[in-house]
Amino acid sequence: MNPLSATPVAETGRDAVRAAPSPAVRPFRSVRALRAGPVSIRVHPRTVAVGGLLIVGVTAAAAAHLAFGGTPIPYIQVLTALTGGATEASVHLAVTEFRAPRMVAAILVGACLAAAGAITQTVARNPLASPDILGVTSGASAGAVAVLVLAEGGAAGLSGPAATVGMPTAAFTAGMAAGVAAYLLAYRNGIDSYRLILVGLGISGLTAALTTWMLTLGDVTSAAQALTWMMGSLNGKDWALVTPMAAVAGVLLGAAVLCGRWLLPAALDEDTAIGLGLRLGLVRVVALTLAVLLAAVATVVGGPLVFVALASPQIARLLTRAPVPPVTVSALTGAVFVLVADTAAANLLAVPLPVGVATAVLGAPYLIHLVMRSQRRPL
Amino acid sequence: MSSPPLVAGNRLQARGLSLGYDGRTVVENLSLDVPDGRITSIIGPNGCGKSTLLRGLGRLLRPMAGTVTLDGVPLARLSTRRTAQLLSVLPQAHTAPEGLTVADLVSRGRHPRQRWYQQFSGADEHAVHRALEATGIAEFADTPVDELSGGQAQRVWISMTLVQDTDILLLDEPTTYLDLAHQVEILELVHRLNRDLGRTVVMVLHDISLAARFSDHIVAMREGRILAQGPPGEVVTERLLEKAFGLRARIVPEPVTGRPHVIPLARAAAPR
Repeated sequence: MNPLSATPVAETGRDAVRAAPSPAVRPFRSVRALRAGPVSIRVHPRTVAVGGLLIVGVTAAAAAHLAFGGTPIPYIQVLTALTGGATEASVHLAVTEFRAPRMVAAILVGACLAAAGAITQTVARNPLASPDILGVTSGASAGAVAVLVLAEGGAAGLSGPAATVGMPTAAFTAGMAAGVAAYLLAYRNGIDSYRLILVGLGISGLTAALTTWMLTLGDVTSAAQALTWMMGSLNGKDWALVTPMAAVAGVLLGAAVLCGRWLLPAALDEDTAIGLGLRLGLVRVVALTLAVLLAAVATVVGGPLVFVALASPQIARLLTRAPVPPVTVSALTGAVFVLVADTAAANLLAVPLPVGVATAVLGAPYLIHLVMRSQRRPL
Repeated sequence: MSSPPLVAGNRLQARGLSLGYDGRTVVENLSLDVPDGRITSIIGPNGCGKSTLLRGLGRLLRPMAGTVTLDGVPLARLSTRRTAQLLSVLPQAHTAPEGLTVADLVSRGRHPRQRWYQQFSGADEHAVHRALEATGIAEFADTPVDELSGGQAQRVWISMTLVQDTDILLLDEPTTYLDLAHQVEILELVHRLNRDLGRTVVMVLHDISLAARFSDHIVAMREGRILAQGPPGEVVTERLLEKAFGLRARIVPEPVTGRPHVIPLARAAAPR
């Protein structure tokens, strides 16, 4: 009985199998990687193709958004104005100071919401788990309305620092608080996705009631301003708001794409994920924090736009046929979704509507479909 | 192929281990030495703490008291990643996202050895191929896991623990939900992994006869404690079954291998 023999024998046995002539390795159709030296990066060809097409889609939708964001302006003039060429002063002003920031806002809002949705749906292992369901957007609404009403903008409505700094900050803080509250209240030896969704719905209901109550406190002008904001609108977004938010969104989106590597293992059951060496608690906290931040940034810019975060990742998943929604493709899908919705809302009816109406009309049937489907088969 | 290693250190050890959930103790003050290079099966009635013990051994559950050590180092002091490089766990219930293919899922077993810039190397690809060959599911490599039968899916999950390439495998009821033919097939696979690759296996099994047939070492539990442990012939006795399960049974040597085989007796008709 040699106590040392166990390991050497085990090693020999394994080496024998390792050394056995393995058949020429045929690459898997469903798992591909680009390799160069020690570097190997997983590549899902269909996801790359869909991503490429969506970049074209975002560009086209952005062009249409600029051209039809009010009185139609021919594409060539839009292009001239953007590149600083000679156009009428009014066209130049309209394109660069009014329509361009709104277009960037639409992309930013769509991309952030969709990326947030892709993360929450994957980490909670449930396509219903999006930031709008988890209370983030309604929490942000409550924060924004609180400032609108309590800061007493008076008959002229809210303006000055309270509007440019106070309202976004309040929306951001309250959205974060609601998201964190949902996570903490739903936490019990780990996160159960149904518990998270139910708690999120509860928090959404609570903050919505709070918002309604605050609306009754304010004067008519503030209430009207708040209601417009609550519909989700990109109207009147200027560079002063969009530029800093776009910078923040860029950083957050980059981080979201990087943490995409953890998402698939995190979508497995908890014991398997931890068994694979994933620090699941940390991954969830980081991922959900990113998601809440992304959703809060989007809400600060566009108001509580519904269904973008819910639908975009699942559309991206269907397009790419990936097992979990890829963050990048989801973000691109969300950008197209909001650009198209905003263009449609501005043009389809005699009166321009807030974009939130369009995303709701487009997204509600999808939610119903999702709920009906989830009842038929366990998630 | 080489014969099983003649023994037997105990790289994986539990000392004074208490485990539980929400302050409720399930496993109490338990000590266990897992024999290296052997197949150990944990048996016992429902709720006796078998799975909890396995989760504790795999660092999926933090001990309330006591320690689990691997090569003398408490698991609690190892990182999640380092632990995953040393032992792999097959949980009792597992879920994978819809549409995830077999090769994709199995390739995730390489996760503990990968860096962000090493996501699927040639070596990883080889390992996945070998595991799928070893478990006999190579033909399903590009099929979504949710389209497979229970037995096939179970082999996929076992393949994932294989590509993790650890010396120690912890399998929680690897044969649940499988018909007898598939149960035997899985256990044959486990046996081959042990015999050919020298892997140490600890598994939770419900079927005592199968446990006796496929294990070198049996650990019988009741109410969070170890009642008896040792070779199947010494542990699987009529007295033990009465004590552990409250079951009256006859034990007969099973004709093929001579290992103990359980014949349960109907309570009323029990001849005593």
